[in-house]
Amino acid sequence: MTTVERRSVAAGRESAPPRPLWHTVLVRPETMTLVLLVVAVFAASALSPYFLDLSYILRSFTLSAEFAIVALVLTMIIIAGEIDLSPAANMALSACLFAYAQAAGVPMPLAILIGLGAGVLMGVLNGLMVIGLQLPSIIVTIGTMIFYRGVAQVIAGDKSIRVPDWFIGINNVFIVGVPVPVVVFIVLSIVLGLVLGVTVFGRQIYQIGTNEIAARHAGIRSRRIKMILFILIGFVSAAAGLMTASRLGSVRYDLGLGGELQMVLMAMLGGTYIFGGRGTILGTFLAAWLLVIVSTGMTVANLLPATQLTVLGILLIVSIIATNAIYSRAQR
Amino acid sequence: MLRKTLLGLAAGVAMTTAGFASAAMAQDALKMVFIGKNTGNPYFDSLTNGFVEGCKALGCEFEFVAPATAEATSQIPFIEAQIQRGVDVIAISPNSPDALNQVFDDARSKGILVLTVNGDITGNESHRDATILPTNFDNVGKDQVEMVGSLIGYEGEIAILSATTEAPDQNKWIEGMKATLASDAKYAKMKLVATVYGDDQPEKSTTEMEALLSNYPDLKGVIAPTTVGIAAAAQVVQSRGIAEQVKVTGLGLPSEMRDFVKDGTVTAFQLWSPYNEGWLAAHFAKGVKEGTIKNEVGSTFEVPDLGTITINPGNSINTQAALTTFNAGNIDDFNF
Repeated sequence: MTTVERRSVAAGRESAPPRPLWHTVLVRPETMTLVLLVVAVFAASALSPYFLDLSYILRSFTLSAEFAIVALVLTMIIIAGEIDLSPAANMALSACLFAYAQAAGVPMPLAILIGLGAGVLMGVLNGLMVIGLQLPSIIVTIGTMIFYRGVAQVIAGDKSIRVPDWFIGINNVFIVGVPVPVVVFIVLSIVLGLVLGVTVFGRQIYQIGTNEIAARHAGIRSRRIKMILFILIGFVSAAAGLMTASRLGSVRYDLGLGGELQMVLMAMLGGTYIFGGRGTILGTFLAAWLLVIVSTGMTVANLLPATQLTVLGILLIVSIIATNAIYSRAQR
Repeated sequence: MLRKTLLGLAAGVAMTTAGFASAAMAQDALKMVFIGKNTGNPYFDSLTNGFVEGCKALGCEFEFVAPATAEATSQIPFIEAQIQRGVDVIAISPNSPDALNQVFDDARSKGILVLTVNGDITGNESHRDATILPTNFDNVGKDQVEMVGSLIGYEGEIAILSATTEAPDQNKWIEGMKATLASDAKYAKMKLVATVYGDDQPEKSTTEMEALLSNYPDLKGVIAPTTVGIAAAAQVVQSRGIAEQVKVTGLGLPSEMRDFVKDGTVTAFQLWSPYNEGWLAAHFAKGVKEGTIKNEVGSTFEVPDLGTITINPGNSINTQAALTTFNAGNIDDFNF
């Protein structure tokens, strides 16, 4: 990204040779994610003869697609130097409000709007505390994560709320053989990838994450951009919550429990830098597939959950070490 | 280039897959899987053992799998994987009464026999083929209230230490306990002061038990209708040395409770034989798949060691008529 310009400026003083083009293109965290993904596909195929079946892989992806969709927006938030740990709780609360409303007799379109609107409001609340009150986003969103989940439990209690039959089964609707949640994920990846990669808005997000004060001096309205991102993740989380409700056919307060970790994991595995300023949508896109392939491959091979957790842990540690090494190399 | 290699390899693996599939066809052994609530739950070791022995006797292939946590949707990827593996029978102890409906339907549409074992999807029975329950679950709550009543002289405060808030079988029993306490004059002097949830984790169950004791100093009895809960509760009572003041009972494994019964921490508790559930489920599944057993309400079949079994309304099958009570007198007769 910015390394090339920086290097050309520095070249005069320190006269370090510029990095060759292939180096800039290939030595980056996404490459590592891609390599891991390919390795995972081969390993999973070797582990179980039942694994390599595209329709099965796509079906398995729908189980994580909701988290993957939110992880795309989360990637942008992390690049901007913030974090949001509340999306999974947001999914649960939006879905509970939606389900509660339609069970109480509110017409479906309105109930869906209530769910989505609630998600936006939750994003606004996070944004106001992080930007308006200047509080650290990690603390704020751990707080709202617990708070949103709590409200969901107050609304739904310990019972599950049914959704109407026609609303059930978005994962069984296919567009050219691909389940709708996967299509949504792919389309959103392309859109957000373009926004982040080629628009001014996208470059401003990187600049905020690299050095917010410098970005502000350069006239970038960082508060406004961050607020937009928090609202966006609120909205997308709510939509993901409704998709989960459709897939499961019922809503409980524990919908998507623990999902925030999976989302952060996807962003980290994709090479997003936890301190901001670096990362790509492509990386998160690949990492989502990597996670699904790895866990699906091990599940269909009937490996013990303990083994699965160990492998996932190793994967994350390896990727963080590699990401860090690649970034520090690029900075040198 | 890379892409070509990938495609080639993919094709190779696909062919291997086909090879495996046809090999399995030729062999024609019934493939059965049991999906537990979570791993590391000793109760299910005994149940799984029943499956293992049953499948050995019947000549079926058997696998046990379970997610790491007993959370509502954690079993879904495992069911998907078993569908993909092409198993003939999925037996499962469901973690949720309704979150699994859709994936059960998928499995059944592919001709897989879906049995819930040791717990049912109450209210969603149409999404599974049959359920195998250890005993008539309608009576468990009542029997447990009688058990704790007899221990505390039918008077005083009692509490319930359950598994997760959503565990369908535990919730059904708790309902039964509440109904019995409210309706039967015999228990009028007993007061249920709290229901807490240890999530079937030893640490959380211990914490919840400690909290019960500090919040309700007059507590006389605790019912823990879960093997993890009763062991944790007994441990707390044992280490505090308050077995005289607080009576712990519930559903427990004889192997885990033996020491507590021997040293007087626990007077008596109840359960059934989880082993028999697995044993019966394996025989039932094999019979239904081969057409020798009709999965219809009212029909009967023979299971070695268990005798004649009847399919009750709701395609529900019980392995025994009433709960077994374990105490110092008989606990050495049981080894699960």
